[in-house]
Amino acid sequence: MGYTITEKILSKHTKVKDIRPGVYIDAKVDLCLGNDITAPFAIEEFEKLGSKQVFDKKKVVLVPDHFAPAKDMKSANQCKVLARFAKQYGIKNYFEVGKMGIEHALLPEMGLVLPGDLVIGADSHTCTYGALGAFSTGVGSTDLAAAMATGQCWLKVPESIKFVFYGKLNKWVGGKDLILHTIGNIGVDGARYMAMEFCGETIESLPVDDRFAMCNMAIEAGGKNGIIAPDKITMRYLRSIKNKARPGTGKLYSSDRDAKYASIKEYNARSIEPLVACPHLPSNVKPAKALEKVTIDQVVIGSCTNGRISDLRLAAKILRGKKVRGGVRLIVIPATQKIYLEAVNEGLARIFVEAGGVFSTPTCGPCLGGHMGILAKGEKAIATTNRNFIGRMGNPESEVYLSNPAVAAASAIKGRITHPDEVI
Amino acid sequence: MAYKGRAHKFGNDINTDDIIAAKYLNTTDRRELASHCMEHIDKNFVKKVKPGDIIVAGKNFGCGSSREHAPIAIKAAGISCVIAENFARIFARNSINIGLPIVESKEVAGRIREKDLVRVNTEIGIIRNVTRKESYRFEKYPPFMQKIIRAGGLMSSINPFGRLRVYPERSRRIKKRIG
Repeated sequence: MGYTITEKILSKHTKVKDIRPGVYIDAKVDLCLGNDITAPFAIEEFEKLGSKQVFDKKKVVLVPDHFAPAKDMKSANQCKVLARFAKQYGIKNYFEVGKMGIEHALLPEMGLVLPGDLVIGADSHTCTYGALGAFSTGVGSTDLAAAMATGQCWLKVPESIKFVFYGKLNKWVGGKDLILHTIGNIGVDGARYMAMEFCGETIESLPVDDRFAMCNMAIEAGGKNGIIAPDKITMRYLRSIKNKARPGTGKLYSSDRDAKYASIKEYNARSIEPLVACPHLPSNVKPAKALEKVTIDQVVIGSCTNGRISDLRLAAKILRGKKVRGGVRLIVIPATQKIYLEAVNEGLARIFVEAGGVFSTPTCGPCLGGHMGILAKGEKAIATTNRNFIGRMGNPESEVYLSNPAVAAASAIKGRITHPDEVI
Repeated sequence: MAYKGRAHKFGNDINTDDIIAAKYLNTTDRRELASHCMEHIDKNFVKKVKPGDIIVAGKNFGCGSSREHAPIAIKAAGISCVIAENFARIFARNSINIGLPIVESKEVAGRIREKDLVRVNTEIGIIRNVTRKESYRFEKYPPFMQKIIRAGGLMSSINPFGRLRVYPERSRRIKKRIG
């Protein structure tokens, strides 16, 4: 019997021989991650153990990104816990404000994640790194504490669902639309506890940034991990990273032809147009064209889903020489310092500012209703973020619509949800 | 272990922002977290809860973020046990890791009503609806999880050698070594 890529990676990280869905394993982790919201609990638990050291100083990553730069005094205290712990225990990969970026954009960019790795993070969007052919999944603070102490994590081997995409992408359609289409199709619990394996000719030619966006939102369908087998595009991406934190290109796995899947879903990419997830679930997906009557107060372009340089380029392409509609707030947040600098050097920052938008320092900020763009009662926003739950971006009576960067940028110009074709 | 209390009912896909909104995540103070539990969807929830009460919900309870603040807020609010048709995976593992008992049962969500008095026995896998005089069965935790729960959570499962000791064969060996 064959194995899926997820089963193969898990198998390489445990002594348990009989790897099949449903089996519990103790897995060795290659990297464990925490942020300013989840790490303080983990640090508290870790220190209760009385350990003098973490299992590996290079394999613990701490990123203050959610409420950082600190939005208030309490958040400042949380960030300080991370800084103090990093210093005391000699954590190599602690990223202070100035070096910090949104964790799931930052780690791959630094070359900290390689194909074949097993990564756990106390953040649900840790599933992002599956885009590089790694097994990565979100866990909780106690899991992070245990992993920092032991280098291990308990996992249940998941069943896999294979998602096969055929055909070329339509104009203005990207990884975000593919994953929204998928979540709309299977629902927010459609892949609960399961591995979501994306493949097919569409995926084979999909750029890495779009792959990140897809795997990032696997959790929004309840998935344990999203994963794409590493290929030439992955290798090109890995080679392009300068001063990579880890040498080499990792271990390349792919699923066997006779691997077992819980189900196989096939989609025709040609029939997918720019999509929007309406309040209050990421599965409530409609074509952007069908929502032209929805007026908006705010547009957010950023986050661990769509704050990468190709996302900003796409938004800038639409906003170049145009103005954000009066009464609408456009907030553009590059995901990392590197992306920030690229956007400045390429003139993208100028385009956003001249259009009447703000260009912010990296932060998760408004995506989770933290800071940098909180919604008032009754306000509506379209955002390139990943969740649109009740009150996610602020007031419980505000609404969030999720889209790709092109739709968000076009909507900023019109002041209502818009298909990019309408403005360009 | 047995847990007894009044039922508080919730629907499907209750997410972690519903359980504890992100704006309150700038603290690790359990009481403060508890005071905002379920605030977005039921403002009076915390006031209504008496120690030992039980949450009864539909499918995919705890979907969304990885915040352990969610099960912590529920536990600190006085809830002794959460019963749902099924759970989102990170919420489920967080609950087990911090020692908040969770029970998956398909039939229960439809049968238990708000304020019913409910008794849950996780050792034998029985839920007793005292008010309606009905009993429902559920699948017990796998031995692996029972071990974590019996140890009092994941951190108590870390042995003096700095290894997770949740695997039967390994823990037997360690016992021998320790003598």
